[in-house]
Amino acid sequence: MNTVADQLIVLVMLINFAALGTGRLAVAIRAVALQGVILGILPVLIHSFSWHLVAITVGLILAKGILIPSLLTGAITKARITREMEPFIGYVPTLLIGAVLTALAFAFAAKLPLAPAHQGLLFVPAAIATLLTGFLLLVTRRKAISQVIGYLVLENGIFLFGLLLTEAMPVMVEAGALLDLIVGIFVMGIIINQISREFSSIDTSRLTALKE
Amino acid sequence: MDAFPAGLTEPARLVITGTLLMGASGLPGLFLKKSPTEGQLCAALLVVLGSLMGLFGALATILTEQTATYTLASTLPFGPCAIGIDPLSAFFLIPVCIVAACCAVYGTGYWPAAQHPRTAPRLSFFFGLLAASLALLPLARDGVLFLVFWEVMALAAFFALATEDWNREVRDAAKIYLVVTHIGTLALFATFSLLRTGGDSFAFPGAATLDGTGPLATAIFLTALFGCGMKAGMMPLHIWLPGAHASAPSHVSAIMSGIIIKMGIYGLVRILSFYDTVPAWWGIVLLAAGIVSSILGVAFAVGQHDLKRLLAYHSIENIGIIVMGIGVALIGRAIDMPGLVLLGMAGALLHVLNHALFKSLLFLGAGAVIHDAGTREIDRLGGLGRRMPWTAALFLTGAVAICGLPPLNGFVSEYLIYLGFFSGVVSGKGAAVPLLGLAAPALAMVGGLAVLCFVKVFGTVFLGLPRTTEAAACHEPGWAMRGPMVFLAILCAMIGLAPVALPRFLEPALFTWNPQLAFAGEGLADAAPLGWVTILGALLVLMALGIGIVIRQRLQAAPRGTTGTWDCGFARPTTRMQYTASSFAEMLVKLFAGVLRPKSHQPEVRSLFPVGGTFASHVPEAVLELVITPLLTAADRRLSLARRLQHGQLHLYILYIFVTLAILLAWAY
Repeated sequence: MNTVADQLIVLVMLINFAALGTGRLAVAIRAVALQGVILGILPVLIHSFSWHLVAITVGLILAKGILIPSLLTGAITKARITREMEPFIGYVPTLLIGAVLTALAFAFAAKLPLAPAHQGLLFVPAAIATLLTGFLLLVTRRKAISQVIGYLVLENGIFLFGLLLTEAMPVMVEAGALLDLIVGIFVMGIIINQISREFSSIDTSRLTALKE
Repeated sequence: MDAFPAGLTEPARLVITGTLLMGASGLPGLFLKKSPTEGQLCAALLVVLGSLMGLFGALATILTEQTATYTLASTLPFGPCAIGIDPLSAFFLIPVCIVAACCAVYGTGYWPAAQHPRTAPRLSFFFGLLAASLALLPLARDGVLFLVFWEVMALAAFFALATEDWNREVRDAAKIYLVVTHIGTLALFATFSLLRTGGDSFAFPGAATLDGTGPLATAIFLTALFGCGMKAGMMPLHIWLPGAHASAPSHVSAIMSGIIIKMGIYGLVRILSFYDTVPAWWGIVLLAAGIVSSILGVAFAVGQHDLKRLLAYHSIENIGIIVMGIGVALIGRAIDMPGLVLLGMAGALLHVLNHALFKSLLFLGAGAVIHDAGTREIDRLGGLGRRMPWTAALFLTGAVAICGLPPLNGFVSEYLIYLGFFSGVVSGKGAAVPLLGLAAPALAMVGGLAVLCFVKVFGTVFLGLPRTTEAAACHEPGWAMRGPMVFLAILCAMIGLAPVALPRFLEPALFTWNPQLAFAGEGLADAAPLGWVTILGALLVLMALGIGIVIRQRLQAAPRGTTGTWDCGFARPTTRMQYTASSFAEMLVKLFAGVLRPKSHQPEVRSLFPVGGTFASHVPEAVLELVITPLLTAADRRLSLARRLQHGQLHLYILYIFVTLAILLAWAY
């Protein structure tokens, strides 16, 4: 493992905090896009060169760094919102919780029964921390767009973990995961549009009106 | 080129191709938005074609007595997935194919796409899917595949049932159906999971390979009885059935009542076939359940005013008769009397086929009436015999058949079951003799009550004078609707008049169900004098014709004129003053008041000259309205605290997932 990769992983974790701490949706989207680009670069750094790897990197950067963020940006301009108003838990408390969760992730990763080759790497705690951040975003934010961002961060965490697991993941698996994500984003986009049309807001907590 | 010869040597291929055709039949219609009629006709044509292929495959399987099993190359997550055909599956395929084809043709006249452009393509699609799943279900050879087809069947039936979803009554019936069918499926999950213990796959064990004693077998039997009984609509588990049958379009009601509930019977029969030795109490439980179901089913039917609800309760009655037959067969196995097994099971299987034929005939006939009159209320009809003579004659044929009267098919199967009761009592073996002795008069009473009920229906709907202007304006339906009914009626008469041909079809299925029967050496023809049925039936028909001719001649000779009926001195009689369905059945409903709980609302007469008032009476669905609904309401009150967990906050739902994940991780750690 080289130091460049480690620094990039630290950057990924810092971006988690950026996503947690900002109220401006455009900033959060850009942060997640940056995180996706970094994740796209990482495989090249840690595995030896192959055309397969290049294809993965290009695909990831295109999907996570350009396609999905542009979809999201389109959604926020269409729904005419710029800020996440009144989250369930304020920004500073979420940041603190995020910090605690990251610390816990490190403690947890140290205890995981990993293969000897993977012990002591920065990958595992970073993956868990990103996953938890995604969860935290999902739970604490009110707007549907923020929740999509939460899902993206969650997926990034899973991807980070997956980088570790196999030397080179089969193309089909990656394509499947990405496809899942894009379909998910599309569905969310449609839901966002529908919610804002029906309730004239995209506040998912208004959905309680739909319960039985 | 050699597909057809291969189809002959391997009927299973023919059957499977047929089911695929049925399943895909509605697809073209979904895309032919511009011309829904063509889509519907295409769907009907494909279902008929698929049914014919399935029917030929099934008959070939039975006549050549072959068994074939295929394992699909790709495995399911739960192990290899096997489908196969044997005479028992093939016997259940026969009614599936006949009724599906008839109902598909009937549907083009009953629910024409030209009048229902929005719902007809959807209905055709789900009808085809339903027919395909019904045909595939008997072919499943492992538990997982069985449950998959079972669920497809349940859901396709749900969507076909809910065709008129703008109607609140239909939505409610569909909801109850959906809940109940899933409860039944849950029980079957337990059944197949229990069956898997001991083995390493969900594949069905061979016939007579398991031991029926012990707690495991008991648990399997009870869960299977619950799950299959719920689908079949046995008496305390029937709550979904009357509403669903009444609310569906008539040809869907026909296939629900004719076939879907029979799949519950198929599941039970198939699961019972796995057992080598069965304890006597299994048979006793089934026999008792059958008696309860048939008597209460027909008693509820007598109290109904809704034509289709009434027919639905008759389904419960007939399921009871079938279950009685299975009970007799199990008792026969427990006390080792092959003759009893033969008679009971042959009666049950034949009644499955017969009930599918005459009940779909009746539902299609009822549909023809409802289609024109626009009401299901018996008391708003009347005098239709003159306006729709074909429908009246066909409905009468079905009614005679369902009452178990010779010379039609209902008699033959009930006759076999009666013979089973009698030979069981005569043998005097085992603990079940008193119950067998009681079952014969019970079945006789069911037959008598059924006659009463159909006299009521036929008399009120087809005889007398029309009670409303809608009823007076009714006319005969087109041949798309009449043709399938004529076909079903001919089949009913054929089985009733020529039962000697039946052992050829029944015996292979019986021997598949229990291979020991084949070694016992006794055939169905030895156990039941079926030739006499033909002779006596023919005599009866000749006698009826003779008497009819004599009466007709007398009538023509007599002087004729038109006058009013005697009106008790009332100066202005109206057609509303005829005997109604409720007044006809009133005595019997009062006799059964303890179970039926009839409700009537009548004005109180206080003065010498009473003012105008209204009278209404109805028989509620007692189990649903008096037991289950109060129970659920009480549960709802008690459990309102738990409801707070379901608050609609998406974030907290995600938090639930997270907390569960954390707990699982901590637990595994």
